Amino acid sequence: MTTEAAESVEAAGVAPAADPGFLQRYGASIEYILIPGAALVGALGVFGGFIALYGKNPLDLYFYMYYGAFGTWFSWQNTLTRAAPLILTALCTALPAQLGMVIIGGEGALLIGALAATSAALALQGAAPIVVQIAMVIAGMIGGGLWITLSGGLRQYRGVNETISSLLLVYIALAVLNHLVEGPMRDPASLNKPSTREIGAANMIGTIPGTDVHWGLVFGLVAAVAAYILIYHTTFGFAARVAGGNIRAAKIVGLSVGKLILTVCFLAGSSAGLAGMIEVAAVQGRTNANLAAGYGFTGILVAFLARQNPLAIIPVAILLGGISASGGLLQRRLGLPDASVLVLQGIIFVFVLASDALYGRIGFLKGKS
Amino acid sequence: MDFGRISRRHLLQGSAALALGSTLGVRGAAAAETTVGFIYVGSRDDYGYNQAHAQGAAALKKLPGIKVVEEEKVPETDAVEKTIESMINLDGATLLFPTSFGYYNPHVLKMAAKFPKLRFEHCGGLWTDKDPKNAGSYFGYIDEAQYISGIVAGYSTKSGKLGFVAAKPIPQVLRNINAFTLGARLANPKATTQVIFTGDWSMPVKEAEATNSLIDQGVDVLTCHVDGPKTMVENAARRGAMVCGYHVNQSPLAPKAYLTGAEWNWEALYPKFVKMIVAGEAIPNFYRGGLKEEIVKVSPYGEMVSAEARKAADDVKAKFMSGDYTIFKGPIADNKGKTVIASGTDRGQQDPELEKMDYLVEGVIGATA
Amino acid sequence: MADASLGLWTVPLAVFGGAIRVSTPFLFVSLGECITERSGRINLGLEGTLVMGAMSAYGISYLSGSPWLGVLAAGITGALFGALHAGICSLPRVNDIAVGIALMLLGTGLAFFLGKPLIEPTAARLPAIDFGWWSDVPQVRAALRINVLFLIGVAIAPLLYWAFKTTRWGLLIRTAGESADAARAMGHSVLLIRLRATMVGGFLAGIGGSFLSLFYPGSWNEGLSSGQGITAVALVIFARWDPMLCLWASLAFGGAAALGPALQSVGITSGYHLFNAAPYILTLAIMIITCSPKRTLTGAPAELSITR
Repeated sequence: MTTEAAESVEAAGVAPAADPGFLQRYGASIEYILIPGAALVGALGVFGGFIALYGKNPLDLYFYMYYGAFGTWFSWQNTLTRAAPLILTALCTALPAQLGMVIIGGEGALLIGALAATSAALALQGAAPIVVQIAMVIAGMIGGGLWITLSGGLRQYRGVNETISSLLLVYIALAVLNHLVEGPMRDPASLNKPSTREIGAANMIGTIPGTDVHWGLVFGLVAAVAAYILIYHTTFGFAARVAGGNIRAAKIVGLSVGKLILTVCFLAGSSAGLAGMIEVAAVQGRTNANLAAGYGFTGILVAFLARQNPLAIIPVAILLGGISASGGLLQRRLGLPDASVLVLQGIIFVFVLASDALYGRIGFLKGKS
Repeated sequence: MDFGRISRRHLLQGSAALALGSTLGVRGAAAAETTVGFIYVGSRDDYGYNQAHAQGAAALKKLPGIKVVEEEKVPETDAVEKTIESMINLDGATLLFPTSFGYYNPHVLKMAAKFPKLRFEHCGGLWTDKDPKNAGSYFGYIDEAQYISGIVAGYSTKSGKLGFVAAKPIPQVLRNINAFTLGARLANPKATTQVIFTGDWSMPVKEAEATNSLIDQGVDVLTCHVDGPKTMVENAARRGAMVCGYHVNQSPLAPKAYLTGAEWNWEALYPKFVKMIVAGEAIPNFYRGGLKEEIVKVSPYGEMVSAEARKAADDVKAKFMSGDYTIFKGPIADNKGKTVIASGTDRGQQDPELEKMDYLVEGVIGATA
Repeated sequence: MADASLGLWTVPLAVFGGAIRVSTPFLFVSLGECITERSGRINLGLEGTLVMGAMSAYGISYLSGSPWLGVLAAGITGALFGALHAGICSLPRVNDIAVGIALMLLGTGLAFFLGKPLIEPTAARLPAIDFGWWSDVPQVRAALRINVLFLIGVAIAPLLYWAFKTTRWGLLIRTAGESADAARAMGHSVLLIRLRATMVGGFLAGIGGSFLSLFYPGSWNEGLSSGQGITAVALVIFARWDPMLCLWASLAFGGAAALGPALQSVGITSGYHLFNAAPYILTLAIMIITCSPKRTLTGAPAELSITR
């Protein structure tokens, strides 16, 4: 177990605060809500101004964004469905961030996870659905996990920058997927949409009863909570954060940094791989090029906006799911281009990053320091 | 669902859909407008596949009592399901046109089962007896238009070498390549078609490289099957080669180099569909046709096309229009020397064997894998 | 073989031609990033800058009829994005890699948003200079129809090499990149140096984008950049922050991108997806070979976050 100071660990690369004073701790918690909230409001304001320049009424914009994302029960389900993969792909960036690593290759791990999960399901055709599903989860996690471990290993043993290598591996994963789907793994019956064979309707994981939202959301929630506990309430997590703060200190106290890097990268990749498995088992029913839908990239954004905190990832993923859910309405009602969603995401990202400078600087929240 | 507002809306829309024909017939009596939803996978002004559909949607907008809602760049994931539901729930759409091939399975099928009283018209020609009755899938035999392009290309080439920039080696693409080549060899029995696959539907740099490589090989007439032919058309014209267009008329891009092209004629089909509904006729679930049925058309000939070529092309076109011409008429050998359609066998347009095409005919240089 | 065809010779020729045609965006982005990174900051946002440059160049060229104004507009847009990056990074505790990712998203989004009405029209393109007049072979002539931007890029590389070595501002940039404290001790503002270096880097990346939309492939659409900007950033690392190596690496990349289609054109078709991934595999392979966990990379600016 770790001290409460852990709560105020900064984003990647910043050492834990030294003094766990009460005021500071309390102030920090408020800061974590207040600053991103203010950044969000600022970003929405700027986006509204941008839209006004485009000749649309910002108030309409805010209304349709709210209506499309949270305004009806359907909108909520739309939002949650879109949030589900983002929670998992965000963990792929957030976990290595505890070690000070910037991994942006979640999309690649998602694709490889999907391929592995599909392969497992196809190999086990005829087995009981629960067996197939468990095998898919395991295969997806191992596939995605190894893919990101590759980046971690290259960083640890070859000194290759993990940001760049994980990104290059996305393009390579996509080529591998296309090659397999159009070649060795292609279902001959998938004529004009090259795909693998279907995993079978019985093996699909379906939706949460009473909703249209698939079980991927629950997987995401469980994974985020598990990651939170791992990081903040286990020795392993403590070691990772120590290493993230100061590699030399970690070595001095005898931590095996290499092992930490590889394990964390594996866990990170396996959550993105799980997202890939869910896309197959809950949505597509097979693997094809449709899986490269950019969830891995949006996940990076989610992780940074959540300041790499696994619990904060949940609301942020829902927020971004809501933005993309409302994107269609913005096109249809306001005549805005589809790229509005990207612009808004970009503006929010910039604001949240810039707001990092505010932590610990807001007068009334400051403790004795 | 126990969510009063939405379910009431559903009921209303369901009954509206049931009465769709009559509503449209006695306009003004009951509902004011019928809302039609169009969903595109890419930008609707791409000078290609999506633009062709958007032109069809634009033709619908001119009809009284029809409201069109459109959303572009919707990926082939559960995002399209949510877009469909959003158009139904929030916009009141009762007729939907998800226009991308990859939307059908599983997404359109799922939505058609969920909204049994609404009508889904998917572009791709994929409907089978097992699928919901309220789903339809239409497609055009655009290989007829490609065949005409091929004839014109065969007359126009000086080197006897034609080039084809293709996305993926799937049956529809192969059928276009083969029809184009067979048409060309009608005009010039020694003509060959060199094909390069770029690997995906929109890869401008690859398409430009493929165009250059083909011209370097001595090719002097090019055509393509990618989502946006603009890159190929412009780059080929710059190198002084002639082009045949695809999807829509690209002659404004290269008026001097444009010979002719294979175009969709959705602006004829979509109003026809709506009028059929108005008249209370059922649209066949599996709806296909070619030049005769006005689902595809041939671009007006460019000024470089010789009188001889025009005459030969017009002759064959007239035969297509009267319905007594077969493109895939045995004996046809593939480019490895194997007979794929035996002598005496006519594979008419409706022949399901053609849907499984996995070969390139004699005269095509390239391979399917 | 007919006389118009070069048969298998088209492969090396296409790779050569491709090296010239495809490499220019890589060259501009990598040289720009080289300047930025030498000053001690990494700007991963150049992908967004590249796309934004491509869009604004196309738009301005379309509206004004002058492609060169388009190039200038792309450069200015790029410099503004550079200023934004540097501005945010100069705030305390802001991670430059994250800001880069944010600007990648923002640049791409803005370019798609504003570029929507530009997909359809045709804008005035940059002219090419015919360097192949001496040859009778049309393929050679085509490969040697070279755009001035490529030549400018080739000229900038040695110029930059020389400038880093001998000029005052080259020294300043390197000082800021090697030791911010030393630069401060000399009485210079590190933030200002980095601001300028990032703006110049953005300017060049923007121009790289203008090449895509105004010369090759030569029109604006949303799939125009398939990660060239981000690949070019990776390229700087294995070019070890040496402008001349950036030049060679860019050429190698251009050639690699042309390899897939060229091989197919002569009938080598199997596994084309894997050939198409060649540039990425190549980058990764070279990084694996040239990096080492034991020492910092030769030439790596010590202040750079990714090498620390």
